[in-house]
Amino acid sequence: MELLLSIIIGFMIIGAIYALHANDLLSALMAAGIVGYSLVICFLLLKAPDLAIVQIVVETITLIYMVAIVLNSSRKELDKGKRRNAFLNISIAVLVAFALVYYFQLAIVNLDVLGEHAPRMAKAYMDGAAEKTGSANLVTGVLFDFRGYDTLGEATILFTAAVGVLTILRIKGRKEKA
Amino acid sequence: MEGMSNIVKKVTQLISGLIFMYGLYIITHGHLTPGGGFAGGAIVAGAFILLILAFGSKALNLKKEENATSVTESSAILIVIILAAIGMAAGGAVFFNNYLPLGRVGELISAGVIPLYNIFIGMEVAAALLTIFLAFVIYKEEVLK
Amino acid sequence: MIVFIMCFILFLVGLYGVLTRRNLIKIVIGLTVMEFSVFLFLVLIGYIAHGEAPIIVPGMKEPVFVDPLPQAMVLTAIVIGLATTAMLLSIAIRIYKKYGTWDIREIKNLRG
Repeated sequence: MELLLSIIIGFMIIGAIYALHANDLLSALMAAGIVGYSLVICFLLLKAPDLAIVQIVVETITLIYMVAIVLNSSRKELDKGKRRNAFLNISIAVLVAFALVYYFQLAIVNLDVLGEHAPRMAKAYMDGAAEKTGSANLVTGVLFDFRGYDTLGEATILFTAAVGVLTILRIKGRKEKA
Repeated sequence: MEGMSNIVKKVTQLISGLIFMYGLYIITHGHLTPGGGFAGGAIVAGAFILLILAFGSKALNLKKEENATSVTESSAILIVIILAAIGMAAGGAVFFNNYLPLGRVGELISAGVIPLYNIFIGMEVAAALLTIFLAFVIYKEEVLK
Repeated sequence: MIVFIMCFILFLVGLYGVLTRRNLIKIVIGLTVMEFSVFLFLVLIGYIAHGEAPIIVPGMKEPVFVDPLPQAMVLTAIVIGLATTAMLLSIAIRIYKKYGTWDIREIKNLRG
């Protein structure tokens, strides 16, 4: 399981690196779709079907928004600029990345190995959850009954985003009124 | 934006109703199978976005559609808050109390007030995503002239 | 442990995209890649080997479920990520309409 997940995350890294260096913006969006849809496969392997359904639909809708915007504006990537200190920049980036990965490995040294997680907090939620909430889907029971405030907050954020998009796209600037 | 070719229009007429029904199934069975309000709401929004993309924006009255989706999303989240406040009044003084009778685990009508939450949050998510998409389309059509 | 380190490398790739790219759309892509790496890390922590998906099916005896709490957190986070991306894209549309380009070095006006 660890090997399979590592291979899929390797594909995601390659897709993300290509998406940030593509010459054409539409190719960059296709490569960003690789990252999103591989995440669906990872969720299915980790036994989380709720998350897989939500992620696949949300990724499709995000790609529709971005392709609609890119096709109605310019598609070409800007020209590169002069490569003055390319070797120095790349070596500094790789050194900083190594330092961060070393400190990250120090930080997670107390985590359990993948697959041997001891659910201490979840025991209080899962014992008798079907009788207390009445729902057979434990994640829905946690989301709507034990943690209802978080769901209310999320619905409020989505509502605020819709109102915010309507506000930003309607205000006319000073020069547009002329 | 103009619509697509005849094949896409005919296939959309056949399929978009099925996608809408599948979204409703995922919303209402949220307490029995994986899914719930958020996934089902996004699927319903996807069915409507498919219709708009296939038939073009000239086939709709865009400002009226946007008014309708705005009103739907606002009233759906208002009903969620009213349901939660009724829970406070109906015993317990807890905001999100589960006050309708819990049936047997595994039936469609069970789990108290959770299926009602699923339905209204599904409506709210679908209407919010549609409002954002319509805002982009209206900006392109009427402002970028 | 190697899986967690590769999640972190994906996060660093997204951070590199936000810091060094000049195109506004690529900055948005870098932000979404960073968010995906965090979702994956949270769900990886709650995985139990040979566990079942957390749904009670009638007729199963003594199952071991994977942890449902990180899954509920990530469900909320995915929808919040969509809302954030929609707001970023609407601001990007307004910037493109005013300046005519996606390059962030040309966006220099401090008023107007």
